[in-house]
Order: sequence, then structure tokens, then C-alpha cells
Amino acid sequence: MVIGNYIKYRFTFVKDTIKITSMFRILRIFIISLFIGTSSFAGSDGQNELSKESNNGEVKDCFEGINRGIFAFNEVLDNIIVEPLAKGYRYLPSPIRKGTSNAISNLSLVVTIPNNILQGDFGLAGKNTGRFVVNSTIGILGLFDPASNLGLNNYEKEDWGQTLATWGAGEGCYLVLPILGPSTLRDTLGSLTTYMGGDAWYNITVGNDTRYVSDFDYYASVATNGIDFRAKNLESFQNLEENSLDFYASVKSLYLQDRRKRIANSDNITETLDDSDWEEIETQ
Amino acid sequence: MKIVNQIFLAIILSLFITSANAKDPMEFIGEVTNSASNILKEDISIEQKADKLIELAEGSVDINGIGMYSLGKHRKSINDERLTKYKNTFREYFLKSFSSRLSQYSDPKINVLSQKVINEKYTIVSSVLIATSERPEVKIEWRVYTKDPSNPVIRDLIIEGLSLARTQKEEFNSVIQGANGDVSTLIANLEEFNSK
Repeated sequence: MVIGNYIKYRFTFVKDTIKITSMFRILRIFIISLFIGTSSFAGSDGQNELSKESNNGEVKDCFEGINRGIFAFNEVLDNIIVEPLAKGYRYLPSPIRKGTSNAISNLSLVVTIPNNILQGDFGLAGKNTGRFVVNSTIGILGLFDPASNLGLNNYEKEDWGQTLATWGAGEGCYLVLPILGPSTLRDTLGSLTTYMGGDAWYNITVGNDTRYVSDFDYYASVATNGIDFRAKNLESFQNLEENSLDFYASVKSLYLQDRRKRIANSDNITETLDDSDWEEIETQ
Repeated sequence: MKIVNQIFLAIILSLFITSANAKDPMEFIGEVTNSASNILKEDISIEQKADKLIELAEGSVDINGIGMYSLGKHRKSINDERLTKYKNTFREYFLKSFSSRLSQYSDPKINVLSQKVINEKYTIVSSVLIATSERPEVKIEWRVYTKDPSNPVIRDLIIEGLSLARTQKEEFNSVIQGANGDVSTLIANLEEFNSK
């Protein structure tokens, strides 16, 4: 009994210590990131080395060696865990996959809506709120998407990184995060907002355990989101990996192009990327 | 006066002939995608499909243009001998990776929707790859080089807003930078890929 209580006590102590340490680590990263993102030094051009882009508009890979190491680690994780799960997920009947994808997409609205507002897109915030209410109720917790049939369609996710970009924050250095994958300094800072009250779903699960939902529900939804994304892109990833001379560089390029496209809310490549290089090439 | 009239008539006729030969970029992409779809539908081996796709690409894609674009800033400093070697190696690399990427699809259905003229040299043609039970609908844009309007060629594929040519350019740049600016390393990597 005494031993049992002691083990229980030790376990709780370790769990709390991990939680506190994690919180401090997040806080420390946030403060350092904020410093990097906003400070400049006398004698510099007013832009910090770690937050500026290279001259040709491309994002600097300030920590390339570390990034490549983490990328290799993530690839191993992908090969032994995520890819097999994604392949298994593909065997589920289409309506189940569709329902799961819908429910995850619906949950993301609790991050999208405040970001619509912060980006000054009030019309879209209203439309997305309507979408969330309809799909969470009539659509049974987002499993179905009746909102699209009511004209509340063409949903585009928005996050804190996109909001920081619309406020004028530069991308900063390119980063590869363990498990989470490609990011930039700005997008990492944006992601940290989730853990500081910026995601209502996180707040009611991990932040404040309630009777109905717990930590598990949050982490399960994040993992399912990753597997759903991977399952939808199994062939594309394999194709890219097989035909790349430098897979790391290809993934980096695609990630950065995708972020710029999302921030500009445009599929028009001529609006989101510098096109001038094409003009120099004459072959006819 | 008669000579002036004849010259004038000749100019008008040549303009008419040029505009009559000009190919509509949307129509051109429609033809290319139909041909690709027909090849992929055929009941032949993957190798035979790949050969037919290579033939199609050689007539409709500006492989040299894409190669030069992919070389980025390094195309300005490379010497003629290396450039020739690069162009030949790139052509082989491109056709191999192009056919291997495409031959895995079976009967893809593409609807060509609209076009937008950027300038006299470029038109962007928009299309969609119709959804299947395995994947959602995919938006594909084609950057068509129209400097010679009678012979339009494809220079880039933009899938859901992501440019394949740009991705390749950044990938090549990373390989060259990793070798302290030496293009020979890129050529060696391309040769290694081609020999697989």
C-alpha cells in the first residue's frame, strides 16, 4: 500500500515536473523568438540576421545542419509510424474517412475564426461562424458538412502564423520541428499561440480538463489530422521522394510556396511568387 | 505604286497566315492532356507508356527552357562546355522523372477551364484533375510559353498553387550551394539519377 502510494506520488511528481518544465521551455522559446523577431542592433541595417530573408526573396536556412538532422529523424518516424498508419487509414471505408476529415476541419474553425477577425476579414469570420454552428449541430459534431450545401463553402484555414504575416512580420529563418515538420520562425511563434490560449479546442481539453473531453481528445485529433493529411498525399510524397535529388530542399520549397499562397489567399502563382526569372529565358 | 500595293498585300497576307497558324493555348493544353490520358488508358506495359509519354513531352514541353530556369543564377556563370553537358543530362533526367511520375496514374480526367494572358510570352491555362475516391479534385495550372504563337510549349506545371519548376530550381540551387557553387556536382547527381 505504502509502496503503491509512493509510486503514485513519484509518478504525479514526475508528470507535474514535465508539465512545468515544458511550460517554462515554451515560455523561454517564446521570449527568445519575440526578441529575435523584434530586436535590431546598432550598426545593423535595422533587420536582425535571424529574421531577415535573403536578397532574392528566398527564406534563409540559418540552421540548415540542425534542420537536416531533424528532417532525417522525422523521415524515420514517418517510415516506421506515420506512413504505415496512413496506409492502414486508407483501408477504412470512404464515408468514415470523409467524416473524420470533416470533423477535423470543423475543429480547425475555432482557430480560423479569431484569425479571420484579427486579419480584418469580418465577412469571412461571420461565414465561418455560421459554418461552425451548422456543422457542429445539424452536421453532428462536424462529421457531416451540410453548411457547404447552404452556401457556406470554400473554407480556407487560417492560423496565427498567417495573421502575423498579414500584420507585416517576416518569415524569419526556415526551421524543421521534430515531429511537426517544416516551419519558419514566424510560423513557430504562431503555433506557440495555440498553447497560450489561442486554440479553444486546446483550452477545453488540455488547458482545462472537463468532464466530457480530456488531453487525449486533443492529442488524438492532432494525430488523426496528421494521418489524414499523410493518407491524402501518400502517392505525391512517394513520387516527390523518388524523383528528388535533394528531398529536403524540395519539401522546404513546397512548404514555403504553400505558406505564401495561403497568406496571400490566392492560387494565382504570378501574384505570390517573383516571376522575373522566366522573362530572361529565350528558347524560341 | 503597283509595287507598294503588292508589298502591302504581302504584309497583310503574312499577318493573316501568322494569326491563322497561331494555336490557342487552351486548345493546346486540351490536346496535350487528351493525348496523355489516351496513353495512360491504353492496355500496354508501363515501359511502353513511358516511351509514348516521352515522345509527347518532347513535342509539347520546353525542356531546355525549364533546364535553364532550374539552373537559376548559376546559368550566368557556367561555361559553354559544362552548359552543353548540363542540357543533355537535364533532358534525360527530365524525361525520366516526367514519365515515371505520370505513368503511375491510370486514366486521369482533366478539364481545361480557362486561360489568362500574362504578356505576349506567357499564358496561364487553368484546369482541374477530377476527384476520385482516393484523392480530392486537384487544380492544375500550365505556364505556356507563347513567344512563337504557332508553336506554344509548356514551361511549368502549377499544382494547387505550387510550381514544380520553382521547386526544382530551389532543389538544384541547394545541391549546387552544398558543393560550394560547383555545377559539376549537380551534373553528377543528375547522371546518377539517370543511371538508376
